[in-house]
Amino acid sequence: MTAIDASSSQDDNVLAVAEKGSSLWHDAWIRLSKNRMALAGGLVLLFFIVIALLTPWIAPYSYETQDLDLGATPPSAAHWLGTDVFGRDLLTQIMYGGRVSLAVGFIATAVALLIGVTWGAIAGYLGGRVDAVMMRIVDMLYALPFMIFIVLLMVIFGRNVLLLFLAIGAVEWLTMARIMRSQVQSLRQQEFVEAAISLGLSTGAIIRRHVVPNALGPIIVYTTLTIPSVMLLEAFLSFLGLGIQPPQTSWGLLISYGAETMEEYPWLLIFPGLALTITLFSLNFLGDGLRDALDVRGSKD
Amino acid sequence: MLRFLLSRLLQAVPVIFIVITATFFLVRMAPGGPFDDEKVVLPEVKRALEAQYKLDLPLHEQYFAYLTDLASGDLGPSFKYPGRSVNEILFSGLPVTAELGLYALIIALVIGVTAGVIAALKPNTKQDYIPMTLAMVGICMPSFLLGPLLVLVFGIYLEVLPISGWGAIPGDKILPSITLGSAYAAYVARLSRAGMLEVLSQDYIRTARAKGLPERWVVIKHGLRGGLIPVVAFLGPAFAGLLAGSFVVETIFQIPGLGRFYVQAAFNRDYTMILGTTVFLSTLIVLFNLASDVAAAWLNPRLRAQFQGGQS
Repeated sequence: MTAIDASSSQDDNVLAVAEKGSSLWHDAWIRLSKNRMALAGGLVLLFFIVIALLTPWIAPYSYETQDLDLGATPPSAAHWLGTDVFGRDLLTQIMYGGRVSLAVGFIATAVALLIGVTWGAIAGYLGGRVDAVMMRIVDMLYALPFMIFIVLLMVIFGRNVLLLFLAIGAVEWLTMARIMRSQVQSLRQQEFVEAAISLGLSTGAIIRRHVVPNALGPIIVYTTLTIPSVMLLEAFLSFLGLGIQPPQTSWGLLISYGAETMEEYPWLLIFPGLALTITLFSLNFLGDGLRDALDVRGSKD
Repeated sequence: MLRFLLSRLLQAVPVIFIVITATFFLVRMAPGGPFDDEKVVLPEVKRALEAQYKLDLPLHEQYFAYLTDLASGDLGPSFKYPGRSVNEILFSGLPVTAELGLYALIIALVIGVTAGVIAALKPNTKQDYIPMTLAMVGICMPSFLLGPLLVLVFGIYLEVLPISGWGAIPGDKILPSITLGSAYAAYVARLSRAGMLEVLSQDYIRTARAKGLPERWVVIKHGLRGGLIPVVAFLGPAFAGLLAGSFVVETIFQIPGLGRFYVQAAFNRDYTMILGTTVFLSTLIVLFNLASDVAAAWLNPRLRAQFQGGQS
């Protein structure tokens, strides 16, 4: 009850006699903590993120270290996941690649979140003609074949990481805008918002205290499910040679190298593949768990 | 229904037009002309080449010339392969990609719907968890990882299936089709499970059961029809995904289809080819989206009644 600020403390005295309410977030947390797969997903993800953040300090070898005499060796005590044809430590490569893959996933999703939530909130709140025009634009962009457009952009403007973030973010914001808009629209007509209006709360306070917190659930769920699809897109482009470029690396790029030499050195394909799959798995389970916990329907399937 | 169809068709036209325009100007904005990276070319030769491809005209005239050609279905000549038109190259790849996509779609639908329905019949039991966990694996295992892994296991270790080509050796179509179809099988499984769960709790299903219809008939006759609407609506986006997936699968298995041509054109900076392929694929995607929307609306009796009501 500490989260309640001074303006409603008066009501508190009345409500305290009645049943002690449990917040939406508290309920959601209880439901989520019962979902073992989602919890495991969250923990694995946390582990990968911590490793990615600490990579420069904890990587067993430096990123540039080559040992051409050694060449490709299977996993051993010195190189836990083996080495590639240049004698580079695969574990180190995967750790640095993970930094790039996760960064693309989070940053591009943040771009999508920012554009989508703003666009959807404005359209949903203003309604009327502005809403109609804004959502018609979203409808049209939806129909565009974006995968092909991203390939086109990467071809024309070079393989720029920043552009990759922007291009992917620009694709993924559409669904976010739709979700936010429908949330805001339906919330605006709810009784508790009307009650807040009749109590004389300002528009800003209504949006901040009543609309945004209630719209947050679906947005959180969809964000969690957008990150894996963004990471998949990056890996897809990198695999084709249109995404991350050497000397940088990412899981998609490592998989692409691994696929070229898998006959002789299968570990070069299997370990980066495992890293990507496990991460996507964790994110999807966490997202599904959050959807059930926050009782969000129809955001993705 | 006719009105719905027409309005959707009218929406599709500006989208296709935007795609053509945006792609045209993006490609023209690209740094460096298509003949810049060739060995030293005499200025006269270069000018003649540019005249041949209409690159010496002002931009807006190039654009209108392109639109005029496009209206008659001509996508222009290829920059990289002199003497071959983009149309020729596209139509040599189209049947291959269409066949690959068709097999992948069949795999996705048969496996996906079966798994989804089985899971929906006994939710929250083993019968539900096992196929749904497999579906999650399918979603998290991208085609560019699954493809090489399948090649490694079935082509190299077990030596039971050919690992590249298309239609040359018997069995060489199996691995590419599975690679392309598996992710969509997973999505279809999840969609049909959700759709069936929703439908099976409806009143009309209870009515069907109450009148003594065998459970199998309830599911097949009444359940599937409503439960598969989300799957039908998903076919449009899935088609776009299959085309994009064919970029990867055709590259891995060295299949001479549209996807491989597009990726090659991207690397060759063959701008007319990129432009032509983008316009062609985009139009296909927009039309397919349209078709799947219309089919999903047709399957939904409430929507259908609404449109028919609007007509009379």
